[in-house]
Amino acid sequence: MEVPEDHLLLPISKPKKGAGGETGAWRVYRPVIDPAKCIKCMMCYMYCPEAAIEVSNRNEIPRIDYRYCKGCLICYEVCPVPGKAIKIERETGEKS
Amino acid sequence: MKRYDVITGNYSAAWGARLSKVEVIAAYPITPQTTIVEKLSEWVDKGEMKAKFIAVESEHSAMSAAMGASAAGARAFTATSSHGLLYMYEMIAWAAGARTPVVMAVVNRALGPPWNIWSEHTDVLMTRDTGWIQFWASNNQEVLDSIIQAYRVAEDKHVLLPAMVTLEGFVLSHTAMPVTIHEQDKVDSFLPPYNPPHYVVNPMISEPFTYGNILFPWDYAKVRMSIERAMINSIDVIKKAAKEFEEIFGYSHGALIKEENVENADVAIIAMGAVAEEVEAVSEQLRKDGLKIKAVKVRVFRPFPKREIAEIANSVSKIIVIDRDISFGWDGILASHVKAVLHEYKVDTPVFTKIMGIGGDDILPEHIVKAVKDVY
Repeated sequence: MEVPEDHLLLPISKPKKGAGGETGAWRVYRPVIDPAKCIKCMMCYMYCPEAAIEVSNRNEIPRIDYRYCKGCLICYEVCPVPGKAIKIERETGEKS
Repeated sequence: MKRYDVITGNYSAAWGARLSKVEVIAAYPITPQTTIVEKLSEWVDKGEMKAKFIAVESEHSAMSAAMGASAAGARAFTATSSHGLLYMYEMIAWAAGARTPVVMAVVNRALGPPWNIWSEHTDVLMTRDTGWIQFWASNNQEVLDSIIQAYRVAEDKHVLLPAMVTLEGFVLSHTAMPVTIHEQDKVDSFLPPYNPPHYVVNPMISEPFTYGNILFPWDYAKVRMSIERAMINSIDVIKKAAKEFEEIFGYSHGALIKEENVENADVAIIAMGAVAEEVEAVSEQLRKDGLKIKAVKVRVFRPFPKREIAEIANSVSKIIVIDRDISFGWDGILASHVKAVLHEYKVDTPVFTKIMGIGGDDILPEHIVKAVKDVY
């Protein structure tokens, strides 16, 4: 091991998109937002633990970034629309 | 204005924090520490101190809050004792790794069971491997002055490690002595405001980031090595701070160690805390009886004054180490350090461990005299 001369090596990490790699391949189930049913309540955006749901403004339908979505389906759980505005699809293993 | 007060060690510690202009105090009461933070809380409440007092629910939280305040750029202070110290143990290690120069007063108290509230050094010595600098005060004036010096050393850009100032429970904490309370402008000239040179976690002034995320062994080892470098750097910083302190205030408590009655000494007695001051008095008495005894106070236990101890060992024929502590199945903790230094520096002066004063048992002059006569 190279011995550092510095007395102040600081383990500081800054936020960066996808710092842990593209985790979308972990997904077994894919949440898909139905634009016809979506009421733009932003619950899915708020609750996504991976910050993989994006919106640029309040009047937009949220977009799921499938490069990072791990398929936990919390967005589906919190969707308040009767009958759900998010559908669940089984991943086929093919690249999307 | 400079003033003389007759105050306890705990009030001296509170004055040390006040004169250091601490900005955040996070603390939980525990005997015999309680009156330190009670006094500070009173001053904050009356508006005599411009500081935020956080009354936390445990010592673990006290250190967490102090560390957080320090990371956000504030000068932070806390105080504890014994079981409280051990309850915050996890955060003690974290504060050093986070390089937050928190200063903490620790009032030595024995650990239970059996329940005991009196002085013993084992509590603080249990934290020796955490990366904290340790000052051991021998009297109330030194308590006050060491807190000011501790901030100066801890916040130095070559160090940036937290520091403890320890004082013995009741022997100092609740015993009143004359103490000089320095003029604020003199303290200010010795201790400038804290200006973190390494990082500030404050969303108002910095971009968001995480400190201390997982690191793999090869990088982790480098970070830990940098703490060792900072600890080595602190040796010169402590000496410089002690020298400048003397220039400004006109007296000294020593830097890493302090020796008394050094002339033609045959035997050195090494001790820490209030015990060291008693050893000094006994050595004067014994010199009148013709026994050439040198009194050595280890003022800073981390970083350990290796070179200084080796030099002392080279100058005497025997060493007695008085330990108000014990490492079960091993030795007195201070004595075992002295023995290790002698091996490293290839000095073969015999070292005799004398364990005394456990759980606040009085260490009387005749006990020290007997220890000397046993080996002289």
